Amino acid sequence: MIHVSTTVNGDAHEFLCDPRETLLDALRDRLELTGAKEGCGTGDCGACTVLLDGRPVCSCLVLAAEAKGREVGTVEGIADGEDLHPLQRKFIEHAALQCGICTPGILVAAKALLERNPDPNETEVRYWLAGNLCRCTGYDKIIRAVLDAAGEMREAT
Amino acid sequence: MSVGTPLPHDAAILHVTGAAHYVDDVPVPEGTLSLAFGISSMAHGRITGMELGEVRAAAGTVAVLTASDLPFANDVSPSVHDEPLLADGKVHYLGQPLFLVAADTHLAARKAARLGKIGYEELPAILSIDDALAAGSRFEEGPRVYLKGDVEAALAAAEHVVEGSIEIGAQEHFYLEGHAALALPQDSGDMIVHCSSQHPSEIQHKVADALGVPMHAVQVVVRRMGGGFGGKESQANAVAVACAVAARATGRPCKMRYDRDDDFMITGKRHDFRIDYLAGFDDSGRLAVVDFTQYCRCGWAQDLSLPVADRAMLHADNAYRLPTARITSHRLKTNTQSATAFRGFGGPQGMVGIERVIDHVAHQLGMDPLDVRRINFYAAANKASSGNGTPARNPAEGTPQTTPYHMPVEDFVLHDMVEELEETSDYHARRAAIAEWNSANSVLKKGIALTPVKFGISFTLTHLNQAGALVHVYHDGSIHMNHGGTEMGQGLFQKVAQVAASSFCVPLECVKVTATDTGKVPNTSATAASSGSDINGMAVKAACDQIRERMSAHLAETRQIKPQDVNFRAGRVQAGADEMSFAEAARECYEGRVSLSATGFYQTPRIQWDRIRGKGRPFYYFAYGAAVSEIVLDTLTGENRILRTDILHDAGSSLNPAIDIGQIEGGYVQGAGWLTMEELVWDSNGRLLTHAPSTYKIPACSDRPDVFNVSLWSKGRNAAETIHRSKAVGEPPLMLGISALFALSDAVASCGSAYPALGAPATPERLLNAVNRVRTP
Repeated sequence: MIHVSTTVNGDAHEFLCDPRETLLDALRDRLELTGAKEGCGTGDCGACTVLLDGRPVCSCLVLAAEAKGREVGTVEGIADGEDLHPLQRKFIEHAALQCGICTPGILVAAKALLERNPDPNETEVRYWLAGNLCRCTGYDKIIRAVLDAAGEMREAT
Repeated sequence: MSVGTPLPHDAAILHVTGAAHYVDDVPVPEGTLSLAFGISSMAHGRITGMELGEVRAAAGTVAVLTASDLPFANDVSPSVHDEPLLADGKVHYLGQPLFLVAADTHLAARKAARLGKIGYEELPAILSIDDALAAGSRFEEGPRVYLKGDVEAALAAAEHVVEGSIEIGAQEHFYLEGHAALALPQDSGDMIVHCSSQHPSEIQHKVADALGVPMHAVQVVVRRMGGGFGGKESQANAVAVACAVAARATGRPCKMRYDRDDDFMITGKRHDFRIDYLAGFDDSGRLAVVDFTQYCRCGWAQDLSLPVADRAMLHADNAYRLPTARITSHRLKTNTQSATAFRGFGGPQGMVGIERVIDHVAHQLGMDPLDVRRINFYAAANKASSGNGTPARNPAEGTPQTTPYHMPVEDFVLHDMVEELEETSDYHARRAAIAEWNSANSVLKKGIALTPVKFGISFTLTHLNQAGALVHVYHDGSIHMNHGGTEMGQGLFQKVAQVAASSFCVPLECVKVTATDTGKVPNTSATAASSGSDINGMAVKAACDQIRERMSAHLAETRQIKPQDVNFRAGRVQAGADEMSFAEAARECYEGRVSLSATGFYQTPRIQWDRIRGKGRPFYYFAYGAAVSEIVLDTLTGENRILRTDILHDAGSSLNPAIDIGQIEGGYVQGAGWLTMEELVWDSNGRLLTHAPSTYKIPACSDRPDVFNVSLWSKGRNAAETIHRSKAVGEPPLMLGISALFALSDAVASCGSAYPALGAPATPERLLNAVNRVRTP
């Protein structure tokens, strides 16, 4: 077993893990952060997206041991306590979710986009999120929600 | 009234914070085992031996079960008991579960499951439609036939005839949450099962049979699914039963979730079809007769294939009046995954058949396909005929218009809807612009198509059209509600909560809907056939009405007024001179010893159906919609994209417009994905080669149409007496995606003079072949 000290959503965490264990499994099984989901286990669907030092990654393709000394961000860390992040509010407002299982990964990916590019155009949003599959919504409302949240966040700064 | 308000999904806050628990997120007790199936590597064969020593010896393995270890029913079939949980002597498809491993961890179970050494005596595998036809391998004794009129005479008399055939591919559900279940052993051999299923009552039934206990010993709980689309109507049985039998065998809680590749290999998909057609028509494009032969590849077990194939026949007319018609349906048995329910349930395949006929006829006559569509539409409903039994008449013949299965069409609204959509989408100007573009551009070709949808609403197995609900009003005025429907993301819980809130005229926050639970509402039907809000909404309303009547009666009696003088309004209750909050009224009724709990029940009226004779009224009503898709095709590579989509859909008086529009957008994209990019490929040994998102492509964010205009039809109001006059909206919009296929066909047709005869899915490969076909004189 490997001892890993890491930061998750700003909090210091330590855990023991198998050397071959994925970050996704460690988050879900050891830290009880079940927001990231396993959709395919092969990095093709984006349901397990988390931030590693601010960069979106498929946590099913990252070893838990690689989180050592790094900052992990998950959907559970997007809201500020009871206050939802603008992206979360806009996803609700635009009905940009149905079954909800892709939603955590999409929110994490969208947050990373807006941190890099606060004013993305529609094409940029579409291609940035092309690695996050959603089987329910048809994506239209997701794009609207991200663009609307970006606008609101720009106004607030 | 919260009914009709565009409120968000009931669990929206949980979804965006990652706090919504799906089965795999439910905290499990210490000592819970994980399960995995060992699966067959041969499509058809006799098992000569199973060496499982290495499986048992693998690190973490706790138990290994085979068919002989199952003391009671080894059966997970939803229909005719032909589907063992674990193979019993023979394998019937590549991917069939053979044995079950219970281990300490998910990974240990999966690794051990690969270590089985299975001996087979290979038998000839029947894989394709042609294989099955040659071998006479089918369900039911022969083809089913619906007949209206004299087909041979009508064909002989027709001015023109077209003949053709279309292949329509299968589709993987690709619910983002794979199958999962958790079984928790209880006192006295009882079992609680949490699972991701559209049909908790069937899980309860199958688990009870597998454990040799009455149904009352099994409680099945479904809080939510991460997508279902029909793929969790019957296919969840195996996972849940596996957990239950392993939990019984080991005495420990057992949990199973399919890895995505296993989910693809094991579970059924949408049925693929080949449809042959012969159609007679006149110079104006009016159809006189259509003769369809539908070949439906059902896979190895019967599952739900008979009603799926029936529904394909029932939608072979789509929106068109066929004066004479014959629909012949072959239900073919093959050594592949057992094809199952998938949004539309055969309807989409039947509808693609008639839309192909229309497209072919239009091409032969050199007409705009929309004109051919319109001339063949059923006659419009009028006020005299809508809703209560007097069929609309076709002015041309003076006879009642009926479908090929002899059901009167009384609520047809597509004339008005299509006219509105033509205008709002600027169809004619764009069609002209496309023709101009195509004559000026030799490589990039554009195409456009407007296709309608008429979809029948009701389970065709009549007894399934029932629903129950349980409503409690607590003495603080809060309301707790359960019903038989399951939440798979479609927003059913919210819609039904809106119905309850409106019944008591209280704010939605007063109403809580909790997990679907067989201990709360018994003998439920699957949440399927788009029926969820129709039937469960009515059942909830029936329960609420009873409680409200009891409250009114009590409040009236104590004040010596008439019950009808008790009014519920805006969270308050007016009883004569007294005005109080709903909570105060509930408290007063409680103290007056009034029962504040009720069950509600609903059975859909007016339906009766003889599926063998193909006659009757299988549907309570029809749902309607229409879509225009415009695409651009690169004729050198086959690459294509949807440039613009305009949709007008009839959700009746929508219970929740935000949720309904979400269903329409998602349905369209899923339908267009099925017909354009989603391709399932089996090799010559029956091995599914496309078993993960790396090889099976569903639409991504970048595939969404550039312009996507979706509207609910503002005049929509259900002529049938449904819950608040709404219409079912789960399945019908999927078939709006058919417009993308025929827009591609339109683009290909512009490349030459021959008819494209484009099959589905219209992958780049198929498109290039079609382009070559039309260019070859």
